[in-house]
Amino acid sequence: MQDLGISVLFEGKNFIRLLQGLWVTIEISLISVVISIVLGILLGMIMNNKNPLIKITTKVYLEFIRIMPQLVLLFIVYFGMTKAFAINLSGEMSAIIVFSLWGTAEMGDLVRGALISIPKHQYESGRAIGLTTLQTYLYVIIPQTVRRLVPQAINLVTRMIKTTSLIVLIGVVEVVKVGQQIIEASRLTVPSAPLWIYGVIFFLYFIVCYPISRLAAKLEKAWES
Amino acid sequence: MDFDFIYNNIPMYIEAGKLTVRIALWGIAGAVIVGFICSLIRYYKIPVLQRIVGAYIELSRNTPLLIQLFFLYFGLPKLGIMLSSEACAIVGLIFLGGSYMSEAFRSGLEAVANIQFESGLSLGFTKFQVIRYIVLPQAITISIPAFLANIIFLIKETSVFSAVALADLMYVAKDLIGLYYKTDEALLMLVTAYAIILLPITLIFTFVERKLRYAGFGD
Repeated sequence: MQDLGISVLFEGKNFIRLLQGLWVTIEISLISVVISIVLGILLGMIMNNKNPLIKITTKVYLEFIRIMPQLVLLFIVYFGMTKAFAINLSGEMSAIIVFSLWGTAEMGDLVRGALISIPKHQYESGRAIGLTTLQTYLYVIIPQTVRRLVPQAINLVTRMIKTTSLIVLIGVVEVVKVGQQIIEASRLTVPSAPLWIYGVIFFLYFIVCYPISRLAAKLEKAWES
Repeated sequence: MDFDFIYNNIPMYIEAGKLTVRIALWGIAGAVIVGFICSLIRYYKIPVLQRIVGAYIELSRNTPLLIQLFFLYFGLPKLGIMLSSEACAIVGLIFLGGSYMSEAFRSGLEAVANIQFESGLSLGFTKFQVIRYIVLPQAITISIPAFLANIIFLIKETSVFSAVALADLMYVAKDLIGLYYKTDEALLMLVTAYAIILLPITLIFTFVERKLRYAGFGD
């Protein structure tokens, strides 16, 4: 009865439930993305600071976050921090914390890279015509960096959505978990359910991420200078 | 901190670490081969294959490894294709890594100016010789930073393999947390284990990248 397996999708509210699960994933990634972009821009600007203490602190933060697999970070927050500080964090909350920390590091590095790529004379010319540091950033540097940054930031969104799939492993009920529930519920009636459910989840992720990464690629090409 | 506990469980982490590294090596080796072939197919725009490779790259880059693994491990057996968790992990890593590697190589190939190719031809090199002696050496140098970044990315991605019942570092850590409730110790060892694997690699790669920056071609 292989060919009837897909019917499991349309039994009851199964498909709607999968979509709701997917929304949990997307919601968590969007919240984390917004936090990361705001904090990441700040971090990127701070990282260009010449103060050695700030430099070392930000560098250590960045390297630690980037060297550790995201799943390890999730474990540290979800199992470690909750025990160490005797607090109760839900899986969703831990996920948002971890992905914001990770996203901030990644975004910070992108911002730093974009800022460095602006030739030094742009800063100096800004000062020479009497702009304050804030004004130089606001009117000269930031408009130029945005063009380099936006495609990369959009790419970060797709990476964030993809990485968010890990949260099923710390017990958040999202699209994979819903899929597993459906599979369990129909184990006897539809034995081929895993194939269809995981196949559908695979394509759901693709449908979400593909347009976003296309957009990033398009912007990158359009703004190439 | 229970240091006796840490000491007693170090062998478990070493075993798991070896497994992680072994799978990462196989996966990366496979990904490099797949990526290299795919990038050449895309670069030389081989008619039908180019379409297939393009679809593969988009599919693999826009889906998470975890879902790919679940599909391989839980989905495919229903079609009669049974893979052990190790085989699943390696196939998954190759499927994911192949596209990333392909993009890295392709950007390198495309960065080599067309004039290099034409000059080679006009000097009497055959097409193959031009590729072998002129295009590839330059393209590979250009793509190395992206290539190295991909290797680190792929090693980090191995952490999800515990989800398909592979006894890797994450699996051991989760086991110890579940069995003994030694959360701090298990996590500390987990972080240390990943740092031991990834830190030297990162440092070496940073060094290599810095060296490569001197190898600019005429600019």
